[in-house]
Amino acid sequence: MTLTPQQHAAAAREAGHVAYQHCERCGARTAYLRVVCPVCGSTDLTFHHSAGRGVVYSTTTLHSREGARDVSLVDLDEGVRVMGTVVGVDPDAVRIGAAVQGRLDDGGDEPRVVFTLEADG
Amino acid sequence: MADPLRAAVAIAGVGEAGIGIAPEGSTPLDLIGEATAVALDDAGLATTDVDALFTASAYYGMPNLNVGEYLGIRPRFSDSTNLGGASFLSHVGHAAAAIVSGLAEVALIVYGSTQRSDGGRLKSVAESFPDEQLYAPRYPVTQYALAAARHMHEFGTTREQLAAVAVAARDWGRLNPAAFARDPLTVDDVLSSRMLSAPLTVRDCCLVTDGAGALVVTSAERARGLRGAGGGAIFVLGFGEAHWHRSISQMPDLTVTAATDSGARAYAMAGVGPGDVDVLELYDAFTINPILFLEDLGFCGKGEGGPFVAEGRTSPGGTHPVNTNGGGLSYCHPGMYGIFTLIEATRQLRGEAGDRQVPGAEIALAHGNGAVLSAQSTVILGTDAAA
Ligand SMILES: [Zn+2]
Repeated sequence: MTLTPQQHAAAAREAGHVAYQHCERCGARTAYLRVVCPVCGSTDLTFHHSAGRGVVYSTTTLHSREGARDVSLVDLDEGVRVMGTVVGVDPDAVRIGAAVQGRLDDGGDEPRVVFTLEADG
Repeated sequence: MADPLRAAVAIAGVGEAGIGIAPEGSTPLDLIGEATAVALDDAGLATTDVDALFTASAYYGMPNLNVGEYLGIRPRFSDSTNLGGASFLSHVGHAAAAIVSGLAEVALIVYGSTQRSDGGRLKSVAESFPDEQLYAPRYPVTQYALAAARHMHEFGTTREQLAAVAVAARDWGRLNPAAFARDPLTVDDVLSSRMLSAPLTVRDCCLVTDGAGALVVTSAERARGLRGAGGGAIFVLGFGEAHWHRSISQMPDLTVTAATDSGARAYAMAGVGPGDVDVLELYDAFTINPILFLEDLGFCGKGEGGPFVAEGRTSPGGTHPVNTNGGGLSYCHPGMYGIFTLIEATRQLRGEAGDRQVPGAEIALAHGNGAVLSAQSTVILGTDAAA
């Protein structure tokens, strides 16, 4: 069975992983899964799962009636950037450059990957 | 050799309506109609002269049809390029291309919104970003906050410097009787306001108002011969547009925008550089925006935008007047602000800006931004002497 790009992404999320694509022609990688390479236009793309390790590229604490929470952009070690949230810590304590590890969060409406700070980060 | 589009067309008329809070019951089309009537009178033309229509909207899926119907305009050239707030600057470039190639003679560029009267919610078409929505960013402030945070990290930009952008805008707005927000504003006021998405407080964010703006663009030759109510033709010296991404996670470097491309294209067409610009109108949806655009358009080095503003260079009396009407932070912000950068630039070059007039302004740069730092469009305008 051939999965569409969004089906690949959803299947990875259910397992607690971030999916990414590798272009077999030019080597470009992206976590925004699609049917053509955004660098060279090739359709020869392979799907992979990130190990979930990365560093915070940027971060904000979003304030609302429900409280404060983190929204971050994370640069994964495989060379792709994703939006995520760092949990298990005061959102104001999340720093750019901090090492993080992704894991499954299946406590909400939809399974998703969330990040925790690495102890040695 | 000069670019064939340089100074080939001119803004012959400008108009606004419903700035701030529109008359109760007004629809976006009512405001569009009023702004159009003002702009056409300003130019000395009528709706029957218009043969090209440019608009963009968050209200109407096919906005040219709604606006054309309402105004009774049957265009032979119609363009609803939607690059968010940058749309209307791109429309100027597209109108120039249409007019120079003979596809149109008189272009109306128009926008209107009753966002404030509608309850302040940002109208937008249903669109999902599956990779991002699981983290529920508050669109668009979270995306701009991420850009601001990265700029602070890389270059040492401070919250006080961001706040200085809002203060400079307010100091200009206080010189403009038509500005929506005219109360005094200090850096401390901005810092102590309610935090929305760190580092941005509510005072780092643009206003929510009603309002409409309209521009009439025609050939330079025809514009010189018009006898409208306004202060004369202002020439389009150059334009450029660029977009690189839609969602913030796909923006390659959150401290460098596509204004680097749009600006270079506009400068090349105009045959001028940043040092030739007398007045700047830079779309300031959030305080980080003018900092990024001052850098990306070459008015200061990368990373220097914060100190540049905090030193007062963009304030009244500064070397680089920015957002002289008060900008989106203090003048008005009806959903999309781009068209107002062009209207204020035109008024400055005509010398009709009253207490906020930049003396002797001959060349103005108007810059629009769309979505989440996604689309960037730059227009360089000049007086007849500069053309
Ligand atoms: Zn490729």
